[in-house]
Order: sequence, then C-alpha cells, then structure tokens
Amino acid sequence: MNHYPARKFCLKCLITLLLIALFIVASFAYLSFNPLALFTKQAMGDIATYTGRFFPPDLTPAFLQKVWKGLLQTLAISALATLLAAIASLFLALPAAGQFGYTAKVITRFLLNFLRSVPELVWAVLMVLAVGLGPFAGTLALALHTTGVLGRLFGETLENHSPSSTKALRLAGASYTQAFMYGALPGIFSQLLSYSLYRWEMNIRMATILGFVGAGGLGQILYYELSLLHEQQASTVIMAMLVLVIGVDMISNKLRRVQMHSLG
Amino acid sequence: MNKVHHPRDPAALKRFLVTCVAVAILWQMMQLAQFDVLALFEERNLKVFANFLVQFFPPNLQATFLMLVLKATIETLAMATAGIALALLIAVPLGLIITYSLSISRIGPASGHQFAKLGRYLARMLMLFLRGIPEIIWALLLVRVFGLGPVAGVLAIAITYGGMLAKVYSEILETENTLPARALLLQGSGRINAFLYGLLPGASQELASYTVYRWECAVRASVVMGFVGAGGLGQLMDQSMKMLNGGEVSTILIMFLLLVLLADYISLIIRRLLA
Repeated sequence: MNHYPARKFCLKCLITLLLIALFIVASFAYLSFNPLALFTKQAMGDIATYTGRFFPPDLTPAFLQKVWKGLLQTLAISALATLLAAIASLFLALPAAGQFGYTAKVITRFLLNFLRSVPELVWAVLMVLAVGLGPFAGTLALALHTTGVLGRLFGETLENHSPSSTKALRLAGASYTQAFMYGALPGIFSQLLSYSLYRWEMNIRMATILGFVGAGGLGQILYYELSLLHEQQASTVIMAMLVLVIGVDMISNKLRRVQMHSLG
Repeated sequence: MNKVHHPRDPAALKRFLVTCVAVAILWQMMQLAQFDVLALFEERNLKVFANFLVQFFPPNLQATFLMLVLKATIETLAMATAGIALALLIAVPLGLIITYSLSISRIGPASGHQFAKLGRYLARMLMLFLRGIPEIIWALLLVRVFGLGPVAGVLAIAITYGGMLAKVYSEILETENTLPARALLLQGSGRINAFLYGLLPGASQELASYTVYRWECAVRASVVMGFVGAGGLGQLMDQSMKMLNGGEVSTILIMFLLLVLLADYISLIIRRLLA
C-alpha cells in the first residue's frame, strides 16, 4: 500500500503568502495608517457622536416626497441609460463581431474598450461639463459606459451564434440588415435581453451615486444635504438607497430563481 | 407569385396597447430624467466641452506632475490592499457565522438553538447593511469623521467589501462538498475544526481566487472614491477636473487605465500561483 504524505511542502505557496503579507504591511506603512488607532477612546467617541447626529431620520412628508422623487429619478436615469446603451450596442455589435471586415472590427473593439474602461463617475464629470448639471448628464454618462460593456457582450453573443441562418438568407438575396434581423436576432434576442437586464440592475446601483458630481438622482440629494450638515435628512436618503438596492437585489434573485426553474 | 393577404393582424390590438403603454412610461421617464438632447448642442456647452477636450492633447508630462501621479497611484494600490486586508477581518467571522453547512443546530437539537438562530439573523442583517450602501457613500461619510485622505477610503473598502466577501464566502462554503464538515460535526467536533478540516481544503482555492478578484475591484473602486476626497488617483483627478485642466486629466486617465491593466495582471499571476 502506498503512503502519500498528507500534504506536500509547497515552497511556492509559502513565498506567495509571505509576499502578500509583506505587501499588506507595506500598504499600511505607506499610508501611515494604524488600524489599532481606530479603537482608541477618542476615535470611538468621534464615531459615536457622528453616528448619533443621523438619528432620528427626517420623516416629514415634504422631505419624504422629495426623496421619493429622487428615487424615481434614479430609476428613470438607470432605465433610460440602459435602453440607450442597448440600442447603441445593437448597432455596434455587428462591426464588433466582424461582420463588416477586420478593420471595422478592430476600430469598434477599441472604441468599446475605451468606453468601458473609463469609470461611470468620470464620464459623469465630463457629461456635466457637456450638458450642464442634472439627471440628463447622469443618463448620458451611464449610457456611455454601459454601451462599452453591452457592445462587447452583444458582439460576443453574435460571434458565438451559428452563422448558418444568416448565411442562408444572404445567399437567398437578403441584405445585411435583413439577414441580421431575421436570421440572427431571433436566436440571440433572449440572451441580449438578459444581459441588458443584468446591466440595468448594476446601473440602478450606479445611478444612486452619480449625483455626487451633480448628475441627478438620490446621490445629488444626499451630497447636498451632507454639505449643509443636515445629517438627519441624509440618513433618510441613505435609507431610501438601501431599500432600493436591497429591493432590486431581492427581485433579481427571485427572477433568476424563476428562470432557473423554468429551464428545468 | 401569389401573395396571401391577411385582412388584419390578429395581434394588432394587443401590440398597439403595449406600444402605447411603453411610450407613456418612456415619456414619463424622460420627463423625470430631464432628457434634453438639444442641451448637447447648445453653443455655450459645446464651447466649454470642446475647450476642455482640446487640452487633453498633449497629456501633461512634466516631471513634477508625473511624480505626483506616481505617488497617487501607489497610494491607490496601498488603499486597495489595506482595505481588503481589513475586509477579511470582517468577512471571515461573519461568513463563518452565517454558513449553514457549519450550523450545529441544523443537524440536531442543540443547546441555545434560539440564540444561535438570532445570532445568524443579526449577522445577515449586518452583512446586508454593510454591502447595501455603496463604498463611495461610506467614503463620503467617513471623510467627515477621519478627514480628507486615504484612511476614509481604506475603511470604506473594508466595510463594503467585508459584507460582500462574507456573503460570497458563505455561498462558496455551502456549494462545496459539505459532507466532510457534516460528518465532523456529527462526531462532535466544534465549528472551527469542522471548517478547517471539513470545508477549507476543498474550498480554499476558490475562496482565495475570489478574494484576489475583489482586490482587483477594490483598486478600481479606490480610484472612484477619490472623488469624494478619499485620497489616491481619484482625488488628483477630481482636482484637475475642477480646474478644467485637460492635460492633467488625460495623464491621470492614462495612468488609471495602466493601473487597471496592472491589477488585472497581478491578480492573474496570484491566482495561477495559488492554483
């Protein structure tokens, strides 16, 4: 009977772990941040005093109405941005999947990568410059970033889809657009829809904070109230955000479970 | 060729109604979001934006500014690393508390059953609270307690990612093969031992690779958090943007893209080493 050692001595793992530990210590040292300083009496007192100022939350009807409007605005921003991005991605997916030749593919991919790698908040700052303060800037910013993400996903879906039906239509004399509309789109539509819904979920979360740079929604109210040191109002806004985020989370979990069941 | 003409579309009414409802909702949303395409082409806006964009080229490559950017980049990396390290301190205990496959009360009558249930419930609520609020909001709040600078950013990452990691850890531990842990618990071992000997060997790689992936996300997040004054590249970018200094912004953007690529690469290497 062979006896294997319970565990082989792994020098590489040990070195990796040591390196990681070293990096962590170096990070704290570089920031000259001692986590233990958080637990001194003074720091704890500061945190407690500051937290206390958030209670009780402002629940007057007038303010609640303002928050409700902000919440609806956040939803509208995220939905419109996702819709715009999905439409734009549908057009960009064709060149990104290489339907119009290699050059078009490379250019489109580069564009999509660029759109995607600039964070939403940076786009929001730029869009505030381009169209002024307000939720429209937020919508555009989210739409730009989401186009980068969805365009790539749509393109990949199209690439993975078997080209036989499109080819058959093309050979029968259909134009590019017709072949795409009737050959490819019906097969991939549900996939595209599920990608879009997934992105919408993420965009709702993002839209709540875009307001920090003046791009509308709940974030703008929060930033405004905190700047005026109205912590009680801010705490109502934070609760609204929490409800929105958790609600979206629960709905999407439920839908996903339903979908999994219907798939068997 | 003889065409078959249908006198009318049987689904026409339904389609018409659905379209009407969709347009009504869309219109309402566009009102809420103050959708105004013309604002894009307003002369004043175009001028400001164009002036800003023109400055993007060439990027600002002065040595003093580059040093500043480099320092901020290292600070961003350090923030993400320290943040994740602290997040682990939150995530590991929370994750172990809420993992069902380590529940003693589930395999049979245990003393303090109600107490354990309450503890698990409270831990779940805490986790939901920690990760439900986006990191940038935590940063915004913490900046007011700890002042401008990276400390608020580190703590914001620790809080949000602590909650997030706890959730994913418990999910991983529940989807792995839970029979060894169950056997150990049935034999009378404690929860910690059941975790160390029953669950960890099978799940360690997945746990580690998810943690590294989150570190990568934290690098990205710590850039964004600078916009509320929590240090790093983001704070530098915020300052340059407020001064409408396009050259500086483009340098920082390039640095940011490189940093994200670097983080991608480092996480790939670590994951391969751990495999």
